[in-house]
Amino acid sequence: MTGSILFLLIIVLGGIAWFFGRVKANRFAANSTKRGEVHSLPNYHGWYVALWAIGPALLFLIIWNIASPALITDAALTSPAAEQLPQDPFARGAILAEARSIASGQQVQAFNPLSTSMVEPYKTAISYYRTIGMVAAVLLVFACGVFAWLRLKPELRARTKIERITMMTLLFASLIATITTVGIFASLIFESARFFSMVSPIDFLFGTEWNPKAVAGPRGETGFGAIPLFWGTVFIGAIIAMIVAIPLGLMSAIYLTQYAAPSFRAWMKPILEVLAGVPTVVYGYFAALTVAPALRDFAVSIGISSASSESALAAGVVMGIMIIPFVSSMADDSIAAVPSAMRDGSLAMGATKSETIKKVLIPAALPGVVGGVLLAVSRAIGETMIVVMAAGLAANMTANPFSSVTTVTTQIVQLLTGDQEFDSPKTLAAFALGLVLFIVTLLLNLIALRVVKKYREAYE
Amino acid sequence: MNSTTAFAEERNPTDWQGDAMQKRIRKRYAAERRFKALGLGAIILSAGFLAFLLIVMVGNGLRGFTQTELPVEIDFPAMTGGASASQFEGANAAANLRTLGVRDIVNTSVEIQYGEQGTELFSAGGWQAVSAEILNDPEIVETKTTLYLPAESEIDVAYKGDGSASAEERVAELEDQLSTGFNWNFLSNSDATDPMQVGIWGALKGSLITMFITLIIAFPIGVLSALYLEEYAPKNRFTDLIEVSINNLAAVPSIIFGLLGLAVFLNLFGLPRSAALVGGLTLALMTMPVIVISGRNAVKAVPPSIREAALGIGASQMQVVFHHVLPLALPGILTGTIIGMARALGETAPLLMIGMRAFIATPPSGIVEPATVLPVQIFLWSDEVNRGFVEKTSAAIIVLLLFLLTMNALAIYLRNRFETRW
Repeated sequence: MTGSILFLLIIVLGGIAWFFGRVKANRFAANSTKRGEVHSLPNYHGWYVALWAIGPALLFLIIWNIASPALITDAALTSPAAEQLPQDPFARGAILAEARSIASGQQVQAFNPLSTSMVEPYKTAISYYRTIGMVAAVLLVFACGVFAWLRLKPELRARTKIERITMMTLLFASLIATITTVGIFASLIFESARFFSMVSPIDFLFGTEWNPKAVAGPRGETGFGAIPLFWGTVFIGAIIAMIVAIPLGLMSAIYLTQYAAPSFRAWMKPILEVLAGVPTVVYGYFAALTVAPALRDFAVSIGISSASSESALAAGVVMGIMIIPFVSSMADDSIAAVPSAMRDGSLAMGATKSETIKKVLIPAALPGVVGGVLLAVSRAIGETMIVVMAAGLAANMTANPFSSVTTVTTQIVQLLTGDQEFDSPKTLAAFALGLVLFIVTLLLNLIALRVVKKYREAYE
Repeated sequence: MNSTTAFAEERNPTDWQGDAMQKRIRKRYAAERRFKALGLGAIILSAGFLAFLLIVMVGNGLRGFTQTELPVEIDFPAMTGGASASQFEGANAAANLRTLGVRDIVNTSVEIQYGEQGTELFSAGGWQAVSAEILNDPEIVETKTTLYLPAESEIDVAYKGDGSASAEERVAELEDQLSTGFNWNFLSNSDATDPMQVGIWGALKGSLITMFITLIIAFPIGVLSALYLEEYAPKNRFTDLIEVSINNLAAVPSIIFGLLGLAVFLNLFGLPRSAALVGGLTLALMTMPVIVISGRNAVKAVPPSIREAALGIGASQMQVVFHHVLPLALPGILTGTIIGMARALGETAPLLMIGMRAFIATPPSGIVEPATVLPVQIFLWSDEVNRGFVEKTSAAIIVLLLFLLTMNALAIYLRNRFETRW
């Protein structure tokens, strides 16, 4: 909590610095005799002083926060209580970590009595270094603020300097997306590499038995064959969901663009879009509560006694419903991109509307529609909550839609919730699955965008 | 001339009125009608799914806002040995209440009225309602009052018409005493093991804190990158890379962001598990590309004449952007931001990855405290075996959908009200 108070204090001091800078610049402006003698507006002088006051202090605090834990540990180790600590680095580290979290209030009770004795030295060290940091930060605010204030003079190019800093901030902000992409890739690769050092990639990618719970030893693991998961993902996301979403989405788009009266279109389009805005956890609950039991009863009534209450069909159908607006809007765009001359030509030859649509518009719009479907598939296979709640956990390789299958995303959730040990292949397998999912969705998106782009160019 | 007439005479002109032709045209028109009906059917089916989903959720969920109650007559003067109302006013009220032993008073009153097994008819935490009532109106401790307390979960479900056979029997016995009241607990409590005592306030507060963190991180970064990419970025390899990564991030499955949050924020930076801070950071990375993309479109829509006019009267490049382009593009950016935030509010999977699925019975009071959010709470309740949770889950879904609806309506309003067509 003291951290945020310190932060607020620095911001308030920055505001005061801004005020003083502005006042001084206003005085130049009042005293100036000829036009253009003061280079920048008073506001920029204010910002100049404020940034000088805040910037170095915040930078110092960040560095201090990174550096101080090591200093605190060193200080705590010089205390007399530290002499009782075991020499074994692992046990020592565990005790120190525990003592530190008790001292900083994250933990209440110690498991190891030795850590209780270390709490007091830690507390003194923490408060000692925290005070040093706070005092230094506040001094830095004053020193830098006064330095900048003294540098203010009419010909100071404050605006140019401020604009240069703003420009750097803009550039940095736009770099965050790239950093995130790199971060995703790096963290997935890094954890997957650890996984593949324990389990061979061949076994993982082409093995047919998925049973991570049965795995016991650190070497010679089996039960990490991901083929059943890939099949389940494709079965639900790319087959069942698409069987629902493509006809419904495509026909909706055709009706709305070609037949519907404008007022009907104005009402129905937002209503369809609501389907895309419903949170996936709601769909998942709907699938598990309503759709799955109904489908099981139906399957039993037509004589499939093995029907599971967590069926691939329930998850796939509901996922298909979720994807409808996505397919529909992609199809809408690509049909709209077909030049009207083609449509008019066909109608002028005496073809009916539906003949024009089937023989001219759809074939011409096909690449765009295919691109849209690929994007929809990439979204469906990355979808998590519906399959977690409705698809089940049994890794079956079956084409029976009434039986239970499992998917990549379900297994990621399953592996990472519950007790986590970060060295076991069980936890790391989730990152390997995530890597596969990331690469596949990335490829699907790239291909789809390329197809759509090429097709757009063909008509431009 | 001759040849064309000869040609025309050789061929029979199409007999449009002939049977065969009429039949063919009828067939084509029938196909046309079938195709049109198919299209309409697809739309009606899609909208029907939506309607069905909403009806199921509202039908189940509305019952979650009510609770079944049983009257309990509490003779406070006899039970407390003459406590006075003034004890429960002012600063010492809570402490005095604790020494009073409300729980025992309620249990004894229940046993007097409903027999030895009477307490089994009531929700275990029901006595807390009596404490709240005393704090609210201390006068009642000097009188003999009848209070309505929540019944036990099975009775509640059975009274609402969906219970097991044994519970139905007990309901039939109590029929004339049971009544229905509004379930205030549901709006003010947090997670609990007893479905009669659960509430959404803890999850809602967690959601609000998480959304706040998402907003203060994703909005500035998103707006600044949109401005950079549209107004300043030179066309080169480097900006192409930024552009590709933004478009790519918008299409990455949300669970991957959860893996990133787990590997980087939790394991690398050592931030606390289950905290709203980590959830907000993870969702911010997910929301930012949405804001950048909508922001770029909004900035692009500002006509160049505005920029040229500002440059013409001597504004610097930075002043043009921050004084003129940004304010004009702001409604569009805000619309995109609200839509992105609505998506983040409904997101579950990445938050499961960073440990926000723990049982948390107190609302979070800070950004580093264990918290849960509304969609995760829905997921957790949906896993409960107790039938009392079905209606609570649906009720929580209604609350979530109401929030999303409000946000989307706000986005549409902003778009219509402030967006200028140039």
